[in-house]
Amino acid sequence: MMPSRLPLYLLLLLLVTSAIAIALLRHQQTQIPFLPGEQKPVWLVEARIDFVAGGGPALVSFSLPGENRAFRLFSEQAASPGFGFSVVEHEDGRRGEWTKRDVNGSQTLYYKAQFVSRAEPAWQAVTEPPVAQTVVWDEPEATAASQLLASAMEKSGHAESLARELVKLLNNPEPDQNASLLLSREPEPGHLLVELLNQAGVPARVVMGLYLEDARRRQPLTTMVEIFTGEHWQLMHAESGVTGVPENLLLWHRGRDGLLDVMGGHSSRVSFSMIHQTVPALQLAQSQVQDNLFNRLSVHQLPIEEQSLFKMLFLLPIGAFVVVLMRILVGIKTAGTFMPILISLAFLQTSLLPGLVSFIVIVSLGLLLRGYLSHLNLLMVSRIATLVVLVVFMTSFISLVGYQLGLDTGMTVTFFPMIIIAWTIERMSILWEEDGPQEVVKQGGGSLLVAVIAYLLMQMPQVVHLTFNFPEVNLILLAAILLLGQYTGYRLTELYRFRQMGHDEA
Amino acid sequence: MPWRLSQAGILGINCRNRDFIARYNDRKLYPLVDNKLQTRLLSERFLLAAPRLRHVVYHQHEVAHIEKYLDTLQAFVLKPAKGSGGKGIWVIVGRQGQNFIKSSGAVVGLEDIRRHMSNTLAGVYSLAGTPDVVLIEDLIECDESLQRYSYEGVPDIRMIVFRGYPVMAMLRLSTHASDGKANLHQGAVGVGLDIATGRCLKAIQFSRTIDKHPDTGLVLSDIAINDWHRLLTLAARCYEMTGLGYIGADMVLDKQHGAQLLELNARPGLAIQVANGLGLLPRLRHLEALSPAMHKNVEQRVDYVKQVFAS
Repeated sequence: MMPSRLPLYLLLLLLVTSAIAIALLRHQQTQIPFLPGEQKPVWLVEARIDFVAGGGPALVSFSLPGENRAFRLFSEQAASPGFGFSVVEHEDGRRGEWTKRDVNGSQTLYYKAQFVSRAEPAWQAVTEPPVAQTVVWDEPEATAASQLLASAMEKSGHAESLARELVKLLNNPEPDQNASLLLSREPEPGHLLVELLNQAGVPARVVMGLYLEDARRRQPLTTMVEIFTGEHWQLMHAESGVTGVPENLLLWHRGRDGLLDVMGGHSSRVSFSMIHQTVPALQLAQSQVQDNLFNRLSVHQLPIEEQSLFKMLFLLPIGAFVVVLMRILVGIKTAGTFMPILISLAFLQTSLLPGLVSFIVIVSLGLLLRGYLSHLNLLMVSRIATLVVLVVFMTSFISLVGYQLGLDTGMTVTFFPMIIIAWTIERMSILWEEDGPQEVVKQGGGSLLVAVIAYLLMQMPQVVHLTFNFPEVNLILLAAILLLGQYTGYRLTELYRFRQMGHDEA
Repeated sequence: MPWRLSQAGILGINCRNRDFIARYNDRKLYPLVDNKLQTRLLSERFLLAAPRLRHVVYHQHEVAHIEKYLDTLQAFVLKPAKGSGGKGIWVIVGRQGQNFIKSSGAVVGLEDIRRHMSNTLAGVYSLAGTPDVVLIEDLIECDESLQRYSYEGVPDIRMIVFRGYPVMAMLRLSTHASDGKANLHQGAVGVGLDIATGRCLKAIQFSRTIDKHPDTGLVLSDIAINDWHRLLTLAARCYEMTGLGYIGADMVLDKQHGAQLLELNARPGLAIQVANGLGLLPRLRHLEALSPAMHKNVEQRVDYVKQVFAS
């Protein structure tokens, strides 16, 4: 008797849930948005470097932001008329280098970069523990430094508390004589702090960060200190002693080299402007090449040409679904079961109206020629082959005429599946002879209707976006197709066909 | 409205395909009915009455000298073995000198016949466009009592046979509108027949109830098919012959030889319900619930349906 439908329903459930699960996982892992137009906020930061060149060659070396706990570099570019620009990897991070052979007068260079907030700030792994640098002091600073350190060490147990004590001593409104002596030599408390910490055997370094606030101009960098706590680098504000990375702080520069070095110029100055803006989320996701399974198995890894092929391929299930829907639920007759899908794919290339017009023109002309062919008493295979040749000529002719008329769409007519069209013409012609023109109009119209509906779905940006970026949604379509295969109810057209019957009973 | 149709027990295409054709018709048996040559050879083996097969054209080169086979025949039928829906069937009713007269009255030459054969062999009329063969059969001379109702074509009787039980029957009369063809959607008249007696229940054309044949003007409600029991038996025996559970048997009543099997269809259409004004589903479900052991032979099955499905 009737086989149990339970396994099938379980399969459908499995298909749908796995499709949704994969899509959610992919979304989470790769940040690809579910909707095509989605925008994500980014910070656009512009560094402006001004200097006066003294004639002759100039080299400007500017520290560029590297790894950041809270932000990810999305894009960068340098604008600098007449200068050559390159990014060089240094020991302490990346540097941008502008060069020009002969330059005179005041110059302005720009470096722009877009940053995205990381969803979860990541600790940067420390591959090998850093070593404290040796610090050489002159007298009397050497004595002052050791005394200052000794008093700080008394009150502290580990690196972080030592730093905090030193900050307190250095930033005291009424500093003791040791602190004032050192500050008079090195007015920047951050630098002084780093030197003192290194002398105490605690690895520390100066970093410079930028506080990101919307629509700020001419902002300076803030000097901060990073202390190695034994596991990772801890950021500390050199004046308040507060640890941790503020949410809106973009670390720009770290290390012993200067932020900006200008050779062949003077009066150099750097200032920062920033603005909060939005970019397409998809673009953002694609820029983020993480090594995970989704990215490795992603179609985005393919060359653009192959990608567009896949874009087409992943649309096919939509067409198949529309055909199933129209035939099983509605009961529309089509010439050839899946011929409408091929036509709708051709429409994607030609766009709807030109595609529709040229399809109807080609098929009608083909029917006329086929009428003549039937007088020639040809064998079927050669008759269809003749039609193929004629269809090729007709489409070429139409596309050439289109080209001469300046219609871009003219050329795309060649995307029509010629063999399928030839077969369609043959079928239609037989249909005409056997069942009359109404049946030709009915089946031809049915095919075109299905093709147009499939086309309208396939060209929706949301559909293209979902099927291409989340190919697993096709599993949901598959489940729907399987489910429709179970349908034993009436078709829409049957309600009309058997309309008399219902009334007899009523 | 769907609930009205299901109340009336109307069988829809989706339900037919899934619940009956897919379940009761083994796919490997399809060629027995999709290929009329196989059906014909099978019916000869099972001694089922059918129009006599005169010749089979297998190859294109035979078409060139086909006249030597046609010479002995006055009236004959050309049939593609794999045709469907009556496509590609030429009925030659007589000769006019060198030419042939089709049932429509059109006169065709030997060349036309050759071209038609070439087309058929190449697969123009076959379901999937595959190469085909041409059957040349004797023309049925329809029983006068029925022939007078029809315009041009031979009236045929379609019966739905489910698990060997004739379920529903109709007579199809061609009209001027249907161009001599017996297809209801082309405008042929469908006459629903009482399965017990072979008497007219109702007649339709283009899904509308009619009283008289539009061309011959004869009152259709008078129709009562002769030899009804033999027609029922012939249809019921097709189940044993093919093993297919859900088939449509197309039969004709020959003037001399009585009930003759024309062809079988593994996907019979649903228009028979409109002609009968009845849905197939209640009868099919009734038979589905019967134990296969309940009726041992054809006679018992035919008697059973006469008893339970009488109108």
